[in-house]
Amino acid sequence: MTEVATKAKRVTLGGLNAYYGDSHAVKGVDLEFAPNQVTAIIGPSGCGKSTLVRCVNRMHEELPGARATGSVRLDELDVYGPSIDVVSVRRTIGMVFQRPNPFPTMSIFDNVAAGLRLTGTRGVKLRERVERSLIGAGLWEEVKDRLDAPGISLSGGQQQRLCIARTLAVEPEVILMDEPASALDPIATLRIEELVEELKQRYTIVIVTHNMQQAARVADKTAFMLSGELVEIDSTERIFTTPSDSRTEEYVTGKFG
Amino acid sequence: MSELIHLSAVRRRRDMLMRGLLAAATALAVLPLALILYLLLKKGLGAWGASFFTTDPNGNFLGDPGGIKSAILGTLEIVGLATVIAVPLGIAVALYLVEIGRQGRFAGAVRYFVDVMTGVPSVVFGLFVYITLVLTGVGGGFAGWKGSVALGLLMLPIVTRSAEVVLLLVPDSLREAAIALGAPRWRVALRVVLPTALPGLVTGSLLAIARGAGETAPLLFTAAIVQGTSFNLGQRMNSLPAQIFNDVGQAQDRLVARAWGAALTLVLMILVLTLTARLAARRSRLA
Ligand SMILES: Nc1ncnc2c1ncn2[C@@H]1O[C@H](COP(=O)(O)OP(=O)(O)O)[C@@H](O)[C@H]1O
Ligand SMILES: [Mg+2]
Repeated sequence: MTEVATKAKRVTLGGLNAYYGDSHAVKGVDLEFAPNQVTAIIGPSGCGKSTLVRCVNRMHEELPGARATGSVRLDELDVYGPSIDVVSVRRTIGMVFQRPNPFPTMSIFDNVAAGLRLTGTRGVKLRERVERSLIGAGLWEEVKDRLDAPGISLSGGQQQRLCIARTLAVEPEVILMDEPASALDPIATLRIEELVEELKQRYTIVIVTHNMQQAARVADKTAFMLSGELVEIDSTERIFTTPSDSRTEEYVTGKFG
Repeated sequence: MSELIHLSAVRRRRDMLMRGLLAAATALAVLPLALILYLLLKKGLGAWGASFFTTDPNGNFLGDPGGIKSAILGTLEIVGLATVIAVPLGIAVALYLVEIGRQGRFAGAVRYFVDVMTGVPSVVFGLFVYITLVLTGVGGGFAGWKGSVALGLLMLPIVTRSAEVVLLLVPDSLREAAIALGAPRWRVALRVVLPTALPGLVTGSLLAIARGAGETAPLLFTAAIVQGTSFNLGQRMNSLPAQIFNDVGQAQDRLVARAWGAALTLVLMILVLTLTARLAARRSRLA
């Protein structure tokens, strides 16, 4: 366990812009995600939350016509720097998606090991790493007797924790979660939220959510976005009680969105 | 009110008429198919004797003309090699189109070319190989492997097209998940996309093989027609379609009967392939 600990890093966005062709989806965002904290990003649908987090691990540029400018620093290192290997960025900054997406042809074990195999990582004790990742994702007790069962035989909530285990297995320093519980039932959602609490001991966590109660429950800091711009970021408590921008207040009190 | 009733009666009659016409058209279309199957079974089964599958055609003018052993084995060998050529290549091209080329101009050109290839008559592939490989005498004249090349060229666009469709069915969310783990695109294609699409790829390939196995024209000027069994793809080689073609052209009932027996054999072989393809498709996680 110890070698993963305290690897969390600070992520700093500087003047980040993201485009889909000519459409400007993220507009000059400056933002900081502190290590061992959960930062929630809230805002109405289409305001650019997903686009923003996808810029952090350079997934955005995978889409045809999509590009990003500005900087994303991991501690001091700019992940958009000229000598940076994109693939290493994605290993360091893990991502969990809205819909659980385990690999359908792979067993539970193979799903967790997939990251290591897909990146050609050698010299890792696979069983150990898989077990530790599943423990880290709070799934070990439920699946330890059927690691050979297909990943897609699990329930939706379990599948999402399997995807989290898969992310943990490549030992990232930052974890981005894009509405990780929005496809899950309330109980499974609660499990994910508890998990996020635990994970922040070891990682920097960014969680996109359109569920404000969820942000209030799990996040230390909350950022509010609107039409591609960052309106403000502050402690979660302040965002939900005494935000400094009137638009934030209108949004969190449910006047729009 | 009465006018409304009158109208609907007219409509009902028209509906009946159209239904009747469509049913008749369907029957008309199915009739030849049923006749083919009937004749095939009746005449084909009649030709199947004890030594039908175990002897080669012997060319004797009288008596037992021999069976179709060399034709069956030849078809298996020629089509086998054609599969080894066409299936990996076709799937590789499809992988390129879906995973790398995508909407690019070169991919578009390849896609168009593949479409054109699909429409090329099979005799043209035979002619092409005849001119480039047989007439030039590469490794001798007629040869089994040259038939395989002709069939492989015929099967290639079919494999590519069907594989492309199946690969496109693989959800992007899986590619995304793999890329987000730090996997390079080629590994995503080989380790995630291919296994996920596998049942569909098997189906498409089997259908292409079935298509190739039934072709006559590409074999006539490439592998030629012989009597004896050969396991050397470098020599002339018999095949079921070529044997049928040859036998039907003879003015002897016993040879025509052998053609029916061979035809039934061929149809059954293709039926097995098609059924296997269906089974593979049913096991697909994507469909
Ligand atoms: N693949 C895409 N191509 C073009 N435009 C996109 C694409 N994805 C998102 N957008 C646009 O970018 C903006 C931000 O989208 P997104 O980041 O998904 O918002 P959110 O996650 O906050 O709902 C929206 O206006 C959306 O229409
Ligand atoms: Mg989103």
